[in-house]
Amino acid sequence: MKFGVIVFPGSNCDHDAFYAVANNLGQPAEFIWHDSTSLGDIDAVILPGGFSYGDYLRCGAIAKFSPVMQAVKKFAADGGLVLGVCNGFQILVESGLLPGALIRNRDLKFICRELRLSVATTDSPFTGAAQKDQVVRLPIAHGEGCYIADERTLDELEAEDRIAFRYIDNANGSMRDIAGILNKERNVMGLMPHPERVTEPLMGGTDGRLVFESMLRAAAVHA
Amino acid sequence: MKARVFVTLKSTVLDPQGQTVRSALNGLGHTSIAEVRQGKYFEIALADGVTTEQARAEIETIAHDVLANPVIEDYRIEILN
Repeated sequence: MKFGVIVFPGSNCDHDAFYAVANNLGQPAEFIWHDSTSLGDIDAVILPGGFSYGDYLRCGAIAKFSPVMQAVKKFAADGGLVLGVCNGFQILVESGLLPGALIRNRDLKFICRELRLSVATTDSPFTGAAQKDQVVRLPIAHGEGCYIADERTLDELEAEDRIAFRYIDNANGSMRDIAGILNKERNVMGLMPHPERVTEPLMGGTDGRLVFESMLRAAAVHA
Repeated sequence: MKARVFVTLKSTVLDPQGQTVRSALNGLGHTSIAEVRQGKYFEIALADGVTTEQARAEIETIAHDVLANPVIEDYRIEILN
């Protein structure tokens, strides 16, 4: 499975994501620059964490107009797998590929720590290798990760089983403990915690592997 | 011609920054301050020859699509001749 890792000016988890899939999952991967108008022959896209365009205006607000995001939108519309982590999740909501918004953490602090989450659905290409309600430990590192949406959207996400991960330790104030969500078609996931940062024992954990292993499994089933 | 765009969080969205500013003001002795909501302000200069109608339409578009996120924010526009 060939992964494309998008690089925006200000991305800083692009190499982490690349290392996770290339080194720890043994998959081919390439970086894709933000002004590319095509994604090439990749099977999945990762929008990495960081501070794209300095987080100016709002997190992800400038990135959504970049040439590569027009290609990512088309890739998603054609059914390609798109994983947005942290700033990548912020870009996905700004782009309208996922509903809701991510605002300043409840306590105004930038939070950098590991916390516990539960897998809220296994019916997705990003969580298919997990058990429902499985508890995983993933690190977060963000100042604007408080997920909000109107009640109707939240009800819809729950009714359609589109909440992928929930915080057990809800450090940022996210509504209904939402840490990660899926689009209607289930091929796009946004997640505030960083699975790529826990993909080998040396990193202090391997719980993040389940996201990438699920993607590989989904691709194998699809092929 | 100039335009001003005021972007504010919707009243239903929690504004912890505004709350922190309010409690700081209260702590300084400004006990009459009951609430603070923090927003953004843009001053935009338009090119010569643009009509008021064109300016209004264009500023409305950029306020909706770029300057504000309508999921969480409202905006207000002023056109100054």
